[in-house]
Amino acid sequence: MSEVKEKESWFSPKNIKLLTDPIDSKNPITVLVLGICSALAVTVKLKPAIVMAISVTVVTAFSNLIISLIRNSIPNRIRIIVQLVVIAALVIIVDQILKAYVYDVSKQLSVFVGLIITNCIIMGRLEAFALGNKPWPSFLDGIGNGLGYGLILVVVAFFRELLGSGTLFGYRVVPVEWYIKNGGFYENNGMMILPPMALITVGIIIWIQRSRNRKLIEE
Amino acid sequence: MEHLINIFVKSIFIDNMVFAYFLGMCSYLAVSKTVKTSVGLGIAVIFVMAITVPVNYLMNKYLLLPGALSWLDPEFASLDLSFLSFIMFIAVIASMVQLVEMVVEKTSPALYNSLGIFLPLIAVNCAILGGSLFMQEREYETLAEATVFGLGSGVGWFLAIVGIAAIRERLKYSDIPKPLRGLGIAFILTGLMGIAFMTFMGIKL
Repeated sequence: MSEVKEKESWFSPKNIKLLTDPIDSKNPITVLVLGICSALAVTVKLKPAIVMAISVTVVTAFSNLIISLIRNSIPNRIRIIVQLVVIAALVIIVDQILKAYVYDVSKQLSVFVGLIITNCIIMGRLEAFALGNKPWPSFLDGIGNGLGYGLILVVVAFFRELLGSGTLFGYRVVPVEWYIKNGGFYENNGMMILPPMALITVGIIIWIQRSRNRKLIEE
Repeated sequence: MEHLINIFVKSIFIDNMVFAYFLGMCSYLAVSKTVKTSVGLGIAVIFVMAITVPVNYLMNKYLLLPGALSWLDPEFASLDLSFLSFIMFIAVIASMVQLVEMVVEKTSPALYNSLGIFLPLIAVNCAILGGSLFMQEREYETLAEATVFGLGSGVGWFLAIVGIAAIRERLKYSDIPKPLRGLGIAFILTGLMGIAFMTFMGIKL
């Protein structure tokens, strides 16, 4: 048996597109509206947001890979429960690793690590992509979607931490002398730390993205 | 009793699943286009929440917590299975949803017809799993507390989705900037509703 079709290279333009599309024009959060559930609550500070983004990327990539590898042997009727078991097992691994190495961040994320299981991005990508594609493209698709999700998380967390606490990654950005209590003119916007501002920030990101890319506008 | 009412009110208004923790946002944004469907989904969520949270409470107490298995054999007293809680909870939720669907179909076809399509969706609604995880994290002490918390969270979610659906129905008549239409304005509205709900903060019964 000889391979008739020429083997596609690992980083062909098509595969690269799988990686970059979800970052902008097919962004899981702002365009496909997936996975908002566990996203916004972790964006008060940059550090938990980045840890969360990495965790989701890892889980999406590997669950895509695993499901794609066994896609031909999953009976169609029980595929949801198979997917849930694979995801839950991966999330448990991530949770244990976070507890072991970055315990303080793991405490801050609290239940939201567990909620990666029901994150619609992962289920959505498994259903829409991994069940019908080869392992390598599925893996790339998982990483791409994780990055697209992470990007929004990091942007939201950047503004919320900068305007809400005047710090980035816990380091002071706004000089202490600027604050009113030290005789300056500046005051942190306490609003930014509260949950509703995460939603409004995402709303504004969507607004900006859609005014730049008019194809995305809903009628 | 007072204590239970306190948990109930707190889980509806102060720790609202949508406005304080952003849980169940996917179906919240996808199904909130008309009031009628959102009432259906909201009731289904209350229903499933009120069942899965107490069941998971029992699972947690008698299977997962450190030493929880000692009722089976004193030897198991040192066993800690709490790392299995995610997989346990999601399995309980998926099977409970299936069970509820079957029971409702048999006993009340009318209710089944109105809830039918929403029930399978609920298995992957983050609010349901979130309810169970919060129950575990906050360490409610009795079954009654866990039940009341589940019920209250469900009612809070119901209020949120019906509220946004009513607003979105009226939005048709307003002139919103084009790029903001649809998803963008829904996010900003949810944020504003969240600010309104924050006025309940600090209320104690």
